[in-house]
Amino acid sequence: MAVKPMSLFAVLFAAVTLLPLSGSAADTLYDDLGGEARVTQFVGEMLAIAVKDPRIARDFDNINLEWLQKRIVLQICSLTGGPCQYTGRNMYAAHKGLHLATLDFNALVEDMQIAMDRAEIPFRTQNRLLAILAPMYHDIVTR
Amino acid sequence: MFWGIKFRSSVAGALLTMAAGTAALAQESPPEVEAFDSGKLLATSGLSQIEGAGGGGLTPWAVITGYETRDAIGANVHYTFVNTPSFTLHSTGAAVGFYDRFELSYAREIFDTRSTGAKLGLGSGYTFNEDVFGAKLRVAGDAVYDQDSWMPQVALGTQYKVNDNAAVIHAIGAKSAQGVDYYASATKLFLAESVLLDATVRATRANQLGILGFGGDRDNGYNAEFEGSAAYLLTRKLAVGVEYRGQPNNLSFAEQNRWIDAFVAYFPTRNVSLTLAAVDLGSVAGQTHQRGVYLSMQLGF
Repeated sequence: MAVKPMSLFAVLFAAVTLLPLSGSAADTLYDDLGGEARVTQFVGEMLAIAVKDPRIARDFDNINLEWLQKRIVLQICSLTGGPCQYTGRNMYAAHKGLHLATLDFNALVEDMQIAMDRAEIPFRTQNRLLAILAPMYHDIVTR
Repeated sequence: MFWGIKFRSSVAGALLTMAAGTAALAQESPPEVEAFDSGKLLATSGLSQIEGAGGGGLTPWAVITGYETRDAIGANVHYTFVNTPSFTLHSTGAAVGFYDRFELSYAREIFDTRSTGAKLGLGSGYTFNEDVFGAKLRVAGDAVYDQDSWMPQVALGTQYKVNDNAAVIHAIGAKSAQGVDYYASATKLFLAESVLLDATVRATRANQLGILGFGGDRDNGYNAEFEGSAAYLLTRKLAVGVEYRGQPNNLSFAEQNRWIDAFVAYFPTRNVSLTLAAVDLGSVAGQTHQRGVYLSMQLGF
């Protein structure tokens, strides 16, 4: 191939850095998710599904769901470019001692996908959010 | 973390560590963890490739087959049908994934020459039969969760293949009716882009999967062949993609080309996947332009 690796890299870099500018000016993932209203809606929906999900319902025993919903909304907001600062415990500290397995983690992911479907968030936008949340697996399950 | 570091040792060491690790997990985990937990995310167990390993259609992936998580066992059976102008290939098999770490697989391949058999001097309807015994060990990375790094999931695998048709295989210039393939696969889900990529390198002497034997009068040594898959996720249940599989050219009687396909895979539930593809196998046993259809079904639990 005649294309030099560096020039190819430059083109790719330019493409990646310029891409966000091609949309509207305020094009954060938080906006694409529908901002505070829609995030609050699907997180609430997710928890409503989860507490009835036989795989993980008992993980939510003794947990104040209203409080948990607020913490999750705040965290998603701060991770997706929204105007929030998450000040809660880190994911390792928050889940330590709960003995959550991969099954629990994935069950909640599925419940979240169902909730996002119901909130009519496009599949690709859902995946952009899940890509940010996925690495938490290690702190929540395997660490 | 615990797994990643310890499993870089030998296979025997890895298995011992796995047994020990499982015992430790059993004590810590919630009591409802079952032997078959079916806890993997939909579609992340992959499909059954033509030789029985967890993968795409033509090539193995680094993912471990079955819907088990690291705490359990998963299993599936598959049937795959490939039909081209001159030939029909059936692959039937079973595979077990252990703790999302280790995989054992078996496939029986039946290659029906149909009326082409008479043209080749073998007799109409002559079939080549091959058994493929596979094993795969995940050695590093996580294709799904490690979205904060470029590190793919990496696995090492082997396929031991025994062909029933030794006499014909030697007559066409192949050197043996048995062979062993070794491969390394790197698979990564780029979740933010809804894309999955796999690259596999296989050391092989196989002619058309081994259906036409191993080694040949033209080249009898191992060759490193590249295989790859690229898939785009349309929904949680539907993916489309393309695949490539390079092959050596060992026999002077018949040229062998790369295989390619374009597929649609549908995952209605964790228990079922269906794959439909258009394949181009190039020239097979001297019959050129072997383009046709590939259909595969996997049933798992």
